[in-house]
Amino acid sequence: MREVDRLTVRTLEPDPRSAALLDSARLLGFDDLAAIDVADVYFVAGALDDRARGQLTDVLVDPLLQLGSWGDPTADGVASDEGTVIEAALLPGVTDSVAATVIEVAGTLGLPVAEAATGRRYVVRTATGRALTEAERERLATRLLSNAVIERVALGTIEPAFAHASTPAPIEHVEVRGLDDAALAALNRERGMALDPAELRVIADWFEQAGRAPTDVELETLAQTWSEHCAHKTFRARVVLPDGSERPSLLARLRDATDRIDAPFVRSAFVGNAGIVSFWPGTTIAVKAETHNHPSAIEPFGGANTGVGGVIRDVMGAAHHPIATTDVLCFGPSDLAHELLPPGVIHPQLVREGVVAGVADYGNKIGLPTVAGAVLYDPGYTANPLVFCGCIGVGPDVAPPTGPYPGDLVVVLGGRTGRDGLRGATFSSATMDATTGDVAGASVQIGDPITEKLLIDLLRDAGGCWSAITDCGAGGLSSAIGEMAEQTGADVDLALAPLKYPGLSPWEIWLSEAQERMVIAVPPASLDELARHARRHGVELTVLGTFTGDGVLRVRHGEVLVLELATDFLHDGRPQRSMPAELPSPRRNGAVPACPDPSAALLALLAHPNIASKEAIIRRYDHEIRGTTVVRPLVGAGNDAPADGVVLAEPSGKVGIAIGHGVNPWYGVADPERMAHAVVDEALRNVVAVGADPAQVAIMDNFSWGDPRRPSTFGELVVTVDAICESSIAHGAPFVSGKDSLNNEYLGSDGERHSVPPTLVITAVAHVPDADLVVTPDLKAAGDELVLIGATSAEFGGSHLGAVLGGFDDPRDGTVPGPDARAPERYRRLHQAILTGRIRACHDLSEGGLAVALAEMAIGGRLGVDVHSLPTDDEVVSLFSESTGRFAVELAPGDHEWLAGALGEPVLVLGTVTAEPVVRIGSCSVSLDAAMAAFGAEGATWQPADATGGAR
Amino acid sequence: MSRPRALVLQAPGTNRDHDAVFALELAGADAHIASLLDLADDDTPLLDAQLLVVAGGFSHADALGAGRMFALSLEHRFGDRVRAFVAAGKPVIGICNGFQTLVRAGLLPGALGHNASGGFQCEWVTLEPQQSVCVWTQGIGSIDCPIAHGEGRYVHPDVAALEAAGQVALRYRRNPNGSTSDIAGVCDPTGIVLGLMPHPENHVIARQHPHHVRGAAGGLGLQLFQRGVERAGAV
Repeated sequence: MREVDRLTVRTLEPDPRSAALLDSARLLGFDDLAAIDVADVYFVAGALDDRARGQLTDVLVDPLLQLGSWGDPTADGVASDEGTVIEAALLPGVTDSVAATVIEVAGTLGLPVAEAATGRRYVVRTATGRALTEAERERLATRLLSNAVIERVALGTIEPAFAHASTPAPIEHVEVRGLDDAALAALNRERGMALDPAELRVIADWFEQAGRAPTDVELETLAQTWSEHCAHKTFRARVVLPDGSERPSLLARLRDATDRIDAPFVRSAFVGNAGIVSFWPGTTIAVKAETHNHPSAIEPFGGANTGVGGVIRDVMGAAHHPIATTDVLCFGPSDLAHELLPPGVIHPQLVREGVVAGVADYGNKIGLPTVAGAVLYDPGYTANPLVFCGCIGVGPDVAPPTGPYPGDLVVVLGGRTGRDGLRGATFSSATMDATTGDVAGASVQIGDPITEKLLIDLLRDAGGCWSAITDCGAGGLSSAIGEMAEQTGADVDLALAPLKYPGLSPWEIWLSEAQERMVIAVPPASLDELARHARRHGVELTVLGTFTGDGVLRVRHGEVLVLELATDFLHDGRPQRSMPAELPSPRRNGAVPACPDPSAALLALLAHPNIASKEAIIRRYDHEIRGTTVVRPLVGAGNDAPADGVVLAEPSGKVGIAIGHGVNPWYGVADPERMAHAVVDEALRNVVAVGADPAQVAIMDNFSWGDPRRPSTFGELVVTVDAICESSIAHGAPFVSGKDSLNNEYLGSDGERHSVPPTLVITAVAHVPDADLVVTPDLKAAGDELVLIGATSAEFGGSHLGAVLGGFDDPRDGTVPGPDARAPERYRRLHQAILTGRIRACHDLSEGGLAVALAEMAIGGRLGVDVHSLPTDDEVVSLFSESTGRFAVELAPGDHEWLAGALGEPVLVLGTVTAEPVVRIGSCSVSLDAAMAAFGAEGATWQPADATGGAR
Repeated sequence: MSRPRALVLQAPGTNRDHDAVFALELAGADAHIASLLDLADDDTPLLDAQLLVVAGGFSHADALGAGRMFALSLEHRFGDRVRAFVAAGKPVIGICNGFQTLVRAGLLPGALGHNASGGFQCEWVTLEPQQSVCVWTQGIGSIDCPIAHGEGRYVHPDVAALEAAGQVALRYRRNPNGSTSDIAGVCDPTGIVLGLMPHPENHVIARQHPHHVRGAAGGLGLQLFQRGVERAGAV
């Protein structure tokens, strides 16, 4: 056995992690803890003398900030170790980039360090000095201080574990010929393949014909390629209506809408890794949004982290250079009592902490601004949080690569392959249960944003060296090479793949979802040039084989042929599903909630987690890097009021890109069809409000739904898709990319299925013709007039007023806001009005209606409003209804007639902006201070260096 | 007059190198990016440069502490040449991760610990130039620019001595991260080397200011780069 040294490093001042852990411990029911001290632990294997230890100490410990001690951590006498000691360390094989860096440093210093590992040490003390019970220690260790998916934990000091070589399992032949349906179903369960009976039958027949049994590699490859996650079986299924009639698939419907709009700016829709548009000459823009829900449920940091990394690679896989990321996050309530937490589920607040840290870590480190987004809370997300990650990239407007061609080399770039993320595609296509976290450990990957950053730089510099490119996402090399070889076939040797550690079986190498890898097809003549670029950027490059041209995918491991499948069977052999749909029948009865105290209701709305400030999350993301962010997610005098959309513009240019989101699962629960119209409209409003041109908007659809094999759930999807297609056509805003994540359900140990609320995220990406003329919602000057655009009616189904007042007695009461036929024309005219520079502030009306919108505008301007004219006779409807198609705008006094003329429809003058800091709307009156406190605005107004203040 | 040559140094994970190049070009320099790998092949760009920027980012993912690995490789491979660069009076600036790197390389005093908030923070701040020996901040006005860091709390055991030596170059108007004595940027005893946590390179045109829509003008971070480029041209 090797000699292993241990260095424990503490901070001199209180470690900020300690306070955060204490807060979280309270959520788990620990009310009497006095401290949870944290220290970092480094393990190094090698024969180190005192001098070598001293050299390492100089590197690992900053004497002004930290204190390090070698050996037994209880012997240093510096920090009192009276308390319960819990230590955690990564499982062997989990990516540990810090440990890798320690080995690198030791190499630089010439120290004999063969292996390294890292860990954390916690010392938990109670206020009374009482010892923790065994059950308490266990709960703290497993629920707060470590995650069993990626870490080991020990009570007391932990022994390091290093990833050691194991013997690769030989390939296995699995007999499927002659099996009946029951036997195939048993095999399906046993191997976790998540395939349908009809698909299993097709596979068995194919091998019957081939006259041989499949290898484990072949079965895994088919399960991955035919998974819901990769094949989108539901969206490609024939739709069977209750009367027995059939109609084309949901995907065909979406494609048809885009074809009918036939927008000149669409370059590529629904093919490849991302949608591609061009809003101005010389540049194309790639857009993509993805979900990473299941991984984020069991390991929030790693799941969200690799979700961001994955969607950035999608844009790289569309041969574009990433410029920004977005995130829409759905969590359970942060204050959920721990007794109510289902077994095996991580507390929503810890999920949020982990997810936000994961998004921030990847985006900040890779150097992309994390700009637009949303955060939603609902009990329906407790066991199944949703993480939607988006990315936007730009590229020169040149012909896209058209390969691969026979003879091109199969080249893998970037990170090494390990056991990370095995079977992620099939895992994400199955329902989770209480043991999912235990069995799915290998499905979670850990991100390494720096390696991906180097890939971005390499691909930017080495354009032209390849004929085709795709990323390694779900399904790893199997998916990437399998898809690229669809037209040609390929012959690859897995023994050539660079591994993180030896001992992987062929199927593990082929299916591993190790992050930060791209596969490219390289003409042999370009290999040297590519290799030069790769060396310069420090990116590992490996040739795995060639694209052949015979239409057969062959995978070897050294001398052994482990897979031989015709590409047409792999990609087109799957039988199309037929899926029955039961269409929902919402009530739509126009009920209005009783609201005796509008002032209290406004404050309650502003304080509702879905409306209140998201500043604590937004500030953890770098939204400034690249210097392109013109409208930020937080705006106004105190930089703390919500913006509608965000705008990015290169500092050297005039034009920009606006990004906006629409999402409303509460409408989805009540009326999926109207929800669909409403969220498309919201996404459009958000980009139009900041100055984007509604004639040049591309949209993306991301669905997170429950199990579509339930006809009622599939029916929700059917009406949703129909409605977004209608809205897309009405607005002339084509879909260019989309993704569905189904089976977002959780089988609790109570035997109940927990499904997420129907959640559709629409992302709008739009052209901003003049980035100097952007508009924000914050009020600019007292005395200005406030004007309402659009029509208001009693639409309270799924409303937030309903939520804060406790809802209707019958949850199906009320009407979800419907589409406004005049909206597309209104948005085009409003855009022209914005281009004159006469609109001083503009805010879209959404959750909480007019009252919330005006309060947010007032908070943004640190001004008041005095509103005496209301759009309807019913004050509750006027203040809080969530009718679509509406904006509140601020104009110079007297400009409303100009605006009405510009819009070609009447507008309502609501009242004026006041210096008096009061939000007064009809009988509703709250002070600005109260509104800010409820909303969670920080309070301090920022005085810039050279404030000229007020209006332009 | 020819444009002074500026070199922007990059390590794996540096990510504000292009932002720095944009600012330098706007300030009148001829700016290029080189990684330590590039310089290991050919150190001519370093020898030819008249101004050196160690750019922001997450070099080596902040493993073992922000700037640690960048500083080690810089010191290990180019320590002598960087010291000669400074001795020749050519201006050097380390921004954010570059500041952390220069501190850990021993070219600037003090240390940078985790923010008092415990986490990464991205927000706009106002910087006030101080009476100091720093060549980068002479005669400039206040600067508005963003911070974007998790380890930016400046720590120094003897601020009075640092102040007396004229090495406190920039202070925050409102301290965002718990830095001792509101210090945002410090220089070496000669004033040639400046390190600061905020990002003046992200406020070089008016539109980048968050209050541009509210009529704010001025406070450009460009001033800092203009001063550095002027100095580089004069050496």
